Amino acid sequence: MSEFLQQLLNGLSLGAIYALIALGYTMVYGVLRFINFAHADVFMVGAFIGYYMGRIVPAGTIWGGIIVLAVAMFGCALLGIIIERLAYRPLRGAATLNVLITAIGVSLLLEYSGQLFFGAAPRTFPALFPVRMFHLGGLVISTNQLLVIVVAVLLMVSLQFIVQRTKIGTAMRAVSLNPKAAQLVGINIDVVISFTFGLGSALAAAGGILYALNYPSIDPLMGVMPGLKAFVAAILGGIGNIPGAALGGLLLGTVETFVAGSQFSTYKDAIAFAILIIILLFRPAGLLGRFTVEKV
Amino acid sequence: MPKPHLALFGALLVALGLSQFASAIDPYHLDVLMGVGINVILAVSLNLVNGYTGQFSLGHAGFMSVGAYLSAAVSLFVAPQLFGTFAQSGGVQQGIVFLIALIAGGLSAALAGLVVGVPSLRLRGDYLALVTLGFGEIIRVVFQNVEKLGGALGLNAIPGHTSIFWVLAFVSITIFVVTCLVHSTYGRGFLATRDDEIASAAVGLNTTRYKIVAFVISAFFAGIAGGLYAHFKQNITPTGFDFAKSIEIVVMVILGGMGNTVGVIVAAVLLTLLPELLRPIAEYRMIIYSLLLILLMILRPQGLFTVRNPLLRKRPS
Repeated sequence: MSEFLQQLLNGLSLGAIYALIALGYTMVYGVLRFINFAHADVFMVGAFIGYYMGRIVPAGTIWGGIIVLAVAMFGCALLGIIIERLAYRPLRGAATLNVLITAIGVSLLLEYSGQLFFGAAPRTFPALFPVRMFHLGGLVISTNQLLVIVVAVLLMVSLQFIVQRTKIGTAMRAVSLNPKAAQLVGINIDVVISFTFGLGSALAAAGGILYALNYPSIDPLMGVMPGLKAFVAAILGGIGNIPGAALGGLLLGTVETFVAGSQFSTYKDAIAFAILIIILLFRPAGLLGRFTVEKV
Repeated sequence: MPKPHLALFGALLVALGLSQFASAIDPYHLDVLMGVGINVILAVSLNLVNGYTGQFSLGHAGFMSVGAYLSAAVSLFVAPQLFGTFAQSGGVQQGIVFLIALIAGGLSAALAGLVVGVPSLRLRGDYLALVTLGFGEIIRVVFQNVEKLGGALGLNAIPGHTSIFWVLAFVSITIFVVTCLVHSTYGRGFLATRDDEIASAAVGLNTTRYKIVAFVISAFFAGIAGGLYAHFKQNITPTGFDFAKSIEIVVMVILGGMGNTVGVIVAAVLLTLLPELLRPIAEYRMIIYSLLLILLMILRPQGLFTVRNPLLRKRPS
């Protein structure tokens, strides 16, 4: 029983990170209807900003950690906005495939520039926050795991607030529903899209730092696998649906951790894709998504 | 092309003729040439799905790995038991055994294509791309876990049967099959499916069937290319056939212009030679490559070598 709870806790903390990344995918898909492959590499850049900032601030203090988190989120928001402005905006309205290929190009560019600037060898991520272990019965809870869950929940609640209660959030929902009509009622669609990219990339940066705190070895290709899995999480919950992405991330993280703890542990990386295929075949709109009928 | 069969026959003769002078060519150049040929097969076969049928597959490396593993397994484990010394005696006998191994690899890849294609081709666009990507990754993880096929270490000491003759012969056969297929009456169905799936279905074409046929043929040639690759490099590992390899093939198709066989061949040749030429500045190689990709999509989305007929341009919607 205690082993089950332990796995559940590990799964939820991994799932919270997937959820943070998945939110960025789902929001961009919501407004622009394309898969932003470069999102996974923004996650990587976030972890690296955390690495370099972590050497400046005093290690192992709460304030230092929060400053690092804030700087990385701001830096990545800027990066996301620049990527959108330079690579995706010229292609607005082009065929989906072309945008998809551009996204793959941006992803490769970030990965290989990362290898050039940061070096291809893995680095050890510093302990930003004070770490303690609690023993609760047979359960071992690290403060890092709790931190992941707390930060993720805080960020998701504030995201929900921004999207549902603020003016720019209302504009985001309007653009996602119908871009042309949104323009007609006076919404500046460029501003909304830039904002969406900034918001999504900031969440990815937070995800990157939290991931690096729990798996403290970072390299320029670290984003590929978590990125793909987070995308699966976004589809699982229903792409374009914000609560769905959170749910999908938590589910996927939990399932993956349980598979990794079972006798099929070597198939850990395949399970996410198996879930993806099953969900697309039987419920392509995802768990919380709505079906749309294609009109001629 | 007025007489495609003659052209194929001619190309095979040229391949045979050229292979007689193989020893006179610098070994490095010969290696590069074989790598180019294998990539041409991959790109031309993927073009049947991505270009002519308008579907977006990101799992071509997965089918390549099925062909590579199965044909290598035939050469390593099955052939010595079935044919004994007949396979090692060189010359024509060895060629026949190699051909059997290649065909076995191609057929198993085609079977994998059928298994993947039947459920996933009901989806379209981004979703299809993701499902094929997912299948490619699953195939890789499965090979990593099969101990009989070497697990994560892969297969070693595969006999190096691949020669310039085999590569050029299969390049010609692939181009021949794809070209003849899309220019045949049946092949018009692929183009119709690409141009407007709903309209094609409305006039009675079974679009799902066309998509599956394209997928299976494309997977078959990917398997052949995988078999050639395995007997060329002589060792294969599961990580050699990952997502990055699939992307590389897709980029060749995009660069050449989707549904433009000549353009795709040129692009495959260029993109295989480019890393060799950029070897002195190896660190910047992939950065240049990715920048080119982004610029190309923004400036020339129809591919480098496709000239659009201005009369056929879509009206702005």
